[in-house]
Amino acid sequence: MSLEVQDLVVEIGGRRVVDGVSFAVPDGARVGLIGESGSGKSLTALAVLGLLPDGATAQGSIRWNGRELIGLSDRKLAELRGDEIGIVFQEPRTALNPIRTVGRQIAESIRIHQRLPRRAAMERAVAEAARVRLPDPEQIVRRYPHQLSGGQRQRVAIAMALACRPRLLIADEPTTALDVTIQAEILELLHSLVADDGMSLVFITHDLAVLSQIATDAVVLEDGRVVEHGALAQLLTAPASPVTQGLLRDATATLWRPGGIS
Amino acid sequence: MRGRTRWPSRLWALSTGRFGVIVVAIVGLTALVARFWTPFDPQRVDIANRWASPSWGHLLGTDGSGRDILSLLMAGARTTVWVALGAGIVATLIGLALAALGALTARGVRESVAVLVDILIAFPVLLIAMMISAVWGGSLWVVILSVGIGFGVNVARVTRPELRRVLHSDFVVAARASGLTPWQNLWRHLLPNVAPVFIVQLSWGMAVAVLAEAGLSYLGFGAPVTEPSWGMLLRDLQAYISVHPGSVVWPGLTITLTVLGLNLLGDGLREATDPTLSRRDRDAAPPLPEVVA
Repeated sequence: MSLEVQDLVVEIGGRRVVDGVSFAVPDGARVGLIGESGSGKSLTALAVLGLLPDGATAQGSIRWNGRELIGLSDRKLAELRGDEIGIVFQEPRTALNPIRTVGRQIAESIRIHQRLPRRAAMERAVAEAARVRLPDPEQIVRRYPHQLSGGQRQRVAIAMALACRPRLLIADEPTTALDVTIQAEILELLHSLVADDGMSLVFITHDLAVLSQIATDAVVLEDGRVVEHGALAQLLTAPASPVTQGLLRDATATLWRPGGIS
Repeated sequence: MRGRTRWPSRLWALSTGRFGVIVVAIVGLTALVARFWTPFDPQRVDIANRWASPSWGHLLGTDGSGRDILSLLMAGARTTVWVALGAGIVATLIGLALAALGALTARGVRESVAVLVDILIAFPVLLIAMMISAVWGGSLWVVILSVGIGFGVNVARVTRPELRRVLHSDFVVAARASGLTPWQNLWRHLLPNVAPVFIVQLSWGMAVAVLAEAGLSYLGFGAPVTEPSWGMLLRDLQAYISVHPGSVVWPGLTITLTVLGLNLLGDGLREATDPTLSRRDRDAAPPLPEVVA
């Protein structure tokens, strides 16, 4: 269950925003994509799932278990999304449908991929809510997103992404929009869930300190190109490129935990 | 269930919503009853009883030919319900189809549809109806089709940008990331989120259909003379407004209340179906602790 990205190019209106990015995520690996905003890290992630915005095109090769994803029909991609590859987005305030209860949203991918009837899917949703350590899961699945805090909503988004036990989780700056204390909790939660399932992880961030808590390897991007990649420990102790050195300076001091949580 | 009430009870809890429900229910029931029974035959002419004042025999009095006004109003309710429902259905089909074409298709197609909608919207509904009935003669179908098309375009113009907005919201991308196909996404996430805007437009469209029917009948373009209608009754009675000012009030009041009821019902529905607008809900749901230990 490995992901291999080769010479990925993403163009929006003729402009190359991702320019020949290559990296691999072996089974069970936790890889960080790191760079300033506009470095192309989010578009790289969206390209993996075929979720690029209108007008953006992807070329190159993205292989998931040897299967080429670029050029795959949307229908085939939809079968993979949520089932084999899950994604968590940055902004928990807008990532949930405001007029559906959180339980129905968690149950959605279960109903689609595992074709469970509504009642059984809702029972699973309660279990999934408990798994991401939401308080009072029986009750909270009946709530609407506006009745939850930002951290709780991000937990719901994580439960949605992991409900079908995907083999790869893509986390696109999942903690950036949260308070520092909540950030640490969400990171810890992600870390333990990824470890429990033996999932692979692609973690996107601009903060090396955050990455130090969760990833083993990192790919540093700038202007759509890979400037440095390797083991995270290596990057932290002996950053080769000025970009990495800059990222090291700007990291959030309170979130340092070199060597990860475990 | 704590922290959540169903939308029908929330609608009923709103005074405006309750008013709308009651008015629309009364009009609907009256139309149903009038199908089988009215106090008098609405077309029965009784010269001896012309311009009778309201009494136990004729609750709302009679008109210049001695026809019972209450019976005429009841029979007219059938026409009104028919027109409002028909125009509502036509407007829904046309409005949603145009909005979907204008929001979800390839760029070239959706922008042409937007231009088309803007052109169509320039024609006033009543003008279209008068043109059609001038050519093919007045009938209820003319009213239903012209108001339905006219308001369908209106619905499309308001719903289209809303649909675009929702289409680009994070939760729709998130839903795609959960493996929903575009079609599932449309039914589960897009349409429910544009429903509030849509419902308000539609109820307003149905109210306009009632007014348009009355207006067209008033002008002689709407229902044929054999079909009792509120607009026609209003026209018949207002000719004598200086002599018998009391009777013209009834159809006027009926039309006004029905239009008001439809508008308030739409407004109430929007408020009742939006979970973020429910004050009650927020009070009922105490904040939960951030996480379990």
